[in-house]
Amino acid sequence: MTSIPQRDAYDVVVIGAGPAGLAAAALTAGAGLATLLVDENMGPGGQVWRAITTTPVKEKRLLGDDYWAGQRLVDDVRASGAEILQRATVWSLDRTLEVGLSIDGGARLVRAKRIILATGALERPFPIPGWTLPGVMTAGAAQTMLKSSGLLPQGRVVVAGQGPLLWLLSAQILRMGGMIDLVLDTADRRNRLRALPHLPPFLTSPYFFKGLAMMREVRARTQVVGGVTSLAARGSGRVEALAYEAGGRRSEIPVDVLLLHQGVVPNVNLAMAAGVRHRWDDVQLCWVPELDERGESSVAGIHVAGDGAGIGGASVAVHRGRIAARAVIEALKPEAGLALADHATLASELARAERGRAFLDVLFQPARQFRIPADETVVCRCEEVTARDIRESVALGATGPNQLKAYRRTGMGPCQGRLCGLTVTELMAEARGRTPAEIGYYRLRAPVKPITLAELASLPKGEDATKAVVRG
Amino acid sequence: MTRADAIIIGGGIHGCSTAVHLCLKGLRPVLVEKDYAGRHASGVNAGGVRQLARHTAEIPLSIRSMGLWERIADIVDDDCEFESHGQVLVAETGEELAACRARVAELEALGFSHEELIDAAELRRLVPAVSDSCPGGIVSRRDGAASPARTTTAFRRKAGHLGAIVREGMGATGIRRQDGLWRVDVGSERFEAPILVNAAGAWGGDIAAGLGEPVPVETVAPMLMITSRVPPFIAPVVILRGRKLSFKQFGNGTVLIGGGHLATPCRDTGETILDWRKLQESARTVFELFPVMRGATIVRAWAGIEARTGDDLPVLGPSAVHEGLYHQFGFSLHGFQLGPGAGAVMAELIVDGSTATPIDGLGIGRFARPSPPPAPRGQP
Ligand SMILES: Cc1cc2nc3c(=O)[nH]c(=O)nc-3n(C[C@H](O)[C@H](O)[C@H](O)COP(=O)(O)OP(=O)(O)OC[C@H]3O[C@@H](n4cnc5c(N)ncnc54)[C@H](O)[C@@H]3O)c2cc1C
Repeated sequence: MTSIPQRDAYDVVVIGAGPAGLAAAALTAGAGLATLLVDENMGPGGQVWRAITTTPVKEKRLLGDDYWAGQRLVDDVRASGAEILQRATVWSLDRTLEVGLSIDGGARLVRAKRIILATGALERPFPIPGWTLPGVMTAGAAQTMLKSSGLLPQGRVVVAGQGPLLWLLSAQILRMGGMIDLVLDTADRRNRLRALPHLPPFLTSPYFFKGLAMMREVRARTQVVGGVTSLAARGSGRVEALAYEAGGRRSEIPVDVLLLHQGVVPNVNLAMAAGVRHRWDDVQLCWVPELDERGESSVAGIHVAGDGAGIGGASVAVHRGRIAARAVIEALKPEAGLALADHATLASELARAERGRAFLDVLFQPARQFRIPADETVVCRCEEVTARDIRESVALGATGPNQLKAYRRTGMGPCQGRLCGLTVTELMAEARGRTPAEIGYYRLRAPVKPITLAELASLPKGEDATKAVVRG
Repeated sequence: MTRADAIIIGGGIHGCSTAVHLCLKGLRPVLVEKDYAGRHASGVNAGGVRQLARHTAEIPLSIRSMGLWERIADIVDDDCEFESHGQVLVAETGEELAACRARVAELEALGFSHEELIDAAELRRLVPAVSDSCPGGIVSRRDGAASPARTTTAFRRKAGHLGAIVREGMGATGIRRQDGLWRVDVGSERFEAPILVNAAGAWGGDIAAGLGEPVPVETVAPMLMITSRVPPFIAPVVILRGRKLSFKQFGNGTVLIGGGHLATPCRDTGETILDWRKLQESARTVFELFPVMRGATIVRAWAGIEARTGDDLPVLGPSAVHEGLYHQFGFSLHGFQLGPGAGAVMAELIVDGSTATPIDGLGIGRFARPSPPPAPRGQP
């Protein structure tokens, strides 16, 4: 592992060291391409295998077999000759394939002939009344604490929402001796019928048994209430209570920690800022990059793999990473491509890994009221803009997320729309009677992660600093 | 075919302002914008409402516009977040101050009094954060800033309320003169009118050239960046005379850093490619000059596409060739402040045939005159 990039230019820069990025970098570096793998975390692994090399949780059973499966990929990439840069935040990528990154308080620009974006997923915003109160956090954030420092949520803990990660996290907390007072399942029961046509492949996929076992494990050890149709966190200064409705009955319970989660969506900020074209996915209800069958985007030379290309989970991510890597190797060093499995083989492996996904996608479509909140609910946390503010702006003439900026500062805060973007698109689409695809998304700009003025000021003047910027 | 009194191409601040002012004079224009109003320069600029440091040829227009800014809410029913804390040009050396002194004297000789020479003490009073070594500068006290997206949107909305036909999301194509009328196609619609206003910003040069009136104009994309919130430390807009830096802190504490470093524009897609090495220069200057900014983060950087003419002055006024054609483009990085005034002047030219605001140096005819070619300019 290095602490600053060793070169100014690489054959391939792989962004993100989760399953897709690890798999891709191991192949490109193994093929002899100068490969830089950058990731903002302390160590490789991404979200699924977070802290895999350093976690204090050593008892394997606690985090599950899937977690430890990441070790082999980490070993492969370390042996491959790829340059690995951890704690490096990529804040810029453009269509000339210049990457801006920060490491150790300094900024650097590096060039690549090809980019593999493997920036993974983000948790879908879950805007309920009170979701901004201290004590309310996402299940993903709780999982990060669990994996990297073995920290468990303390006090009266309620987990609310839906999706595979919700059950996985609950199981992990319980296995480690943590307490969960209540799990509130918001999965929309009407989805079961809609998902039915996709059931057969799901039944023979690994998801089926794993999922079932995990849900059973959680149900055996804590109370689970299903069919939850509304949620509201209350408290002054921090969360104190959670009101919910299930099966037409309203209840309110005291809470100290509320963990929210309703699935993940592709983290598209960097790809969008680079100018990659995206489309709205009507099933996953999110933006996904438009890609060809080799993972190449609308911007020549930028490939996207892993959950950033559409939610598929860890093993799908690995396969997509390999497909993108193969395409890159074929383009830059065709003779090395000959030694690899051919594209058709990789594609059929991917199809196998994707089996069962369609069922999950429909089953776990979050209900409307948890995506498009009522008027009082805050949508944009950075600028404290409510759903009502947005509906009123639409009534005044705002037609999309970018036009909204003339009325409200939505999306102009430091989160760059990560916490509100999908909500704003769907909310405006509903208010205007249009599709999300017609409404569009924020035009994202670098830096996609804030960098300090000091970091930017420290950017070394390259030898071409004074030359024209028009290239490629 | 829909008949209107005028066709305005371009929904930037200029096209929208002209639409509003034509409506106020009783005309019914159609305003055509290929993206959405304020998508380009007018919605993403620095929002500087500045008379300071302008070329003398556009000062009367700028002063006219300033009067409109000061009652902007009466015109467009929105305050546009306009605020007037002055704009200050900082001299960092004695030499720069001498240039400032000469400038103010030149303006006074021409009868303009909006720029005032200030000494070190007054500079420190206005901008306490500036280094002790700066000997003075120039202030234009009525200047200020406004929200560009909000302003352009407010003009567009007002135009609609006053009866203008507004078409967004589709460009005007097939621009032609037939049977004594201007005709354009907008998607499947056709419009005709006796008057055509070319307010197409960075695309205005193409339209003029297409109609046989080429002007020396290039497409440029100045960059801006905005920081996280820092404690209030600066009220006026600050421009450094000797370096490419301008600086503005908003009420919420965020700071806008600009100064004219250029990105690479892609006019076809509307995209821009930022030049981080140039933004680094701006960051470094700010880092050196304003220690309070050192811990701030850059939240966003962007660029806007704009037309810059060979002499850095806009093309404003009637065509030199065609009847009923008016040009209003090429604002060369400083056209936001001019928007309200230019729309009013344009409406006067179109409806009354003349205006009391001197715009002599701005006509398109100046490029037709045989004159030495403009000095070559470095590409971004
Ligand atoms: C980063 C930046 C900072 C700036 N800062 C300041 C400042 O602080 N103060 C200041 O006074 N000025 C500033 N400016 C300059 C100012 O923004 C511009 O001069 C001004 O906005 C120009 O307005 P416009 O209406 O001519 O152009 P635009 O806003 O570009 O509008 C022209 C419109 O025409 C449309 N169009 C083009 N062709 C067609 C067609 N065929 N059919 C339909 N529509 C078409 C385009 O889509 C565009 O929306 C800045 C500019 C930039 C880029």
